[in-house]
Amino acid sequence: MPEVKIFERPKCMTDVSTHYCPGCTHGIVHRLVAEAIDEFGIQEKTVGVAPVGCAVLMYNYINTDMYEAAHGRAPAVATGCKRVRPDLTVFTYQGDGDLASIGVAEIVHAANRGENITVIFINNAIYGMTGGQMAPTTLLKQKTTTCPYGRDPKVNGYPIRIAEMLATLEAPGYIARVTVARPKYVIKAKEAIKKAFQTQIEEKGFSLVEVLSTCPTNWGMRPAEALKWLEENMIPYYPLGEFKLPD
Amino acid sequence: MSNRVLMKGNEAFAEAAVQAGCKYFFGYPITPQNEIPEYMSKRLPEVGGVYLQAESEVAGINMIFGAAGTGFRTLISSSSPGISLMSEGISYIAAAELPCVIINVMRGGPGLGGILPAQSDYFQATKGGGHGDYRLLVLAPGSLQEATEFIMMAFDLTEFYRNPVMILTDGFMGQMMEAVEFKKVKLGYDIPDVKEWAVGYMAERGKRTLLKSLSLDPEVLEQHNQKLQKKYRLMEEKEVRFESANVDDAEIVIAAYGTTARIAKSAVKKLRDQGIKAGIIRPQSLYPFPYKPFSELPESVKHVLVVEMSCGQMVEDVELGVSRKVPVSFYGRCGGMAPSVEEIEQAAKKALG
Repeated sequence: MPEVKIFERPKCMTDVSTHYCPGCTHGIVHRLVAEAIDEFGIQEKTVGVAPVGCAVLMYNYINTDMYEAAHGRAPAVATGCKRVRPDLTVFTYQGDGDLASIGVAEIVHAANRGENITVIFINNAIYGMTGGQMAPTTLLKQKTTTCPYGRDPKVNGYPIRIAEMLATLEAPGYIARVTVARPKYVIKAKEAIKKAFQTQIEEKGFSLVEVLSTCPTNWGMRPAEALKWLEENMIPYYPLGEFKLPD
Repeated sequence: MSNRVLMKGNEAFAEAAVQAGCKYFFGYPITPQNEIPEYMSKRLPEVGGVYLQAESEVAGINMIFGAAGTGFRTLISSSSPGISLMSEGISYIAAAELPCVIINVMRGGPGLGGILPAQSDYFQATKGGGHGDYRLLVLAPGSLQEATEFIMMAFDLTEFYRNPVMILTDGFMGQMMEAVEFKKVKLGYDIPDVKEWAVGYMAERGKRTLLKSLSLDPEVLEQHNQKLQKKYRLMEEKEVRFESANVDDAEIVIAAYGTTARIAKSAVKKLRDQGIKAGIIRPQSLYPFPYKPFSELPESVKHVLVVEMSCGQMVEDVELGVSRKVPVSFYGRCGGMAPSVEEIEQAAKKALG
């Protein structure tokens, strides 16, 4: 009988343990990105841009050419690369502090130019790497180390819905929000990430997939509780779905 | 037959870059450098290049980070406040050892300052600007002809050292017109193949490339800094450039760069006409700074006068070079004001007592 492999590490993921906390969903999303790159067969022609945040070390796990950008600037770095080398597939992978706070100008204008890049946006409603401070996507009443009494809209405004906001622009090709809180969602997330890369490969412009994610460590929850909290609290405020499809 | 053309400074800077093979420019409007992005937006499509207007100087320099990572020649320009905004990105580019050329057409500061010429970004250009132990190779042209040559040379230098090169000039040079001839300037340095480090060549290289500045391990970060410092020492050995005139028998030496050196040259001539033995040293590279002509001044020199369109910045490097062997004094105008020939003449006479 020939050996049949039914499950293996994606070719473009390195064979190392990640630094992510137990129950963190970065690992799942990394894998989905790696699977998509493998399935399109574009590992050697793909360039990733890592953010500042927990995924800053993403280049240790995804084995493609990679930049590590300044905080929030990944869409600008990706723009520079893609404009010179339109033959390469260029993606950024950014958290909510990176993309929705310090990097708002870069993401809005990259989307508005219809920059032919793919953005994977991890929304876990908190700053992970720096130890659990309030993010622009932190939910109302959610407690963090810098809103210890819970997020108050009178002080800090409301959580930003990035996918919906960017979908108001003319230029973007594909915008979706998914989660990886359960296997059924993971399958949908994989489809969305593939569609995003497909949009870029077909030169249909800017694509972004927002992924609702967990941060058990900074949420102060066990991994299973965190998944449940995400489903019960984040999905009602951040509805899943596709907000923009290529023509 | 001469190929000299009369051009505005900013346009000549841009054309020099195009003739050096630069096809990628990411810019943001700011006075007094606007003719550079304007020229590039028209010119680059003609050579199959890309002009892109960034949403800010912050985004622009990070687009340069991305574009420079492909190994192709890239240029960005701005003026003082815009360079401040780019300083974070410049630090990242220097740390990641990527090549790019940056033109600063200086205007008066601090803050929003004004839009008229100044030389008050000397410290920013030569001593840092952004965070961390990095250096830019800084060239300060004294004429539009020299600017075109320095810009062409800058692309070779930035690729050889894999370190950003800054052309430090000012609103006078950007806005004035002069005859220029675009001569191919080649340093003849052995520049490594970009495929060794740039993105997009994973198949040819057999492994991926990482363009980054993060090093969480302090020993690794220290080693990286030592590697960068080695490059800076090599620059100090090979890239010192200056011009001097009438120094051999001088009793007073005027030190000035860029626009100010042009005015100072006229002052030197007028002083000589009056029998005062004046000379001039004009640094062309500001980093690495030409300390040697100041540490090896002839015995005849009694005084060094530094003239800048600032409140006194390069004067600190001149003092380091002179090492208290003779007095160093400073004359400067700032905020968009320029020293006149007569003012420099008077300052020189005052210095000699």
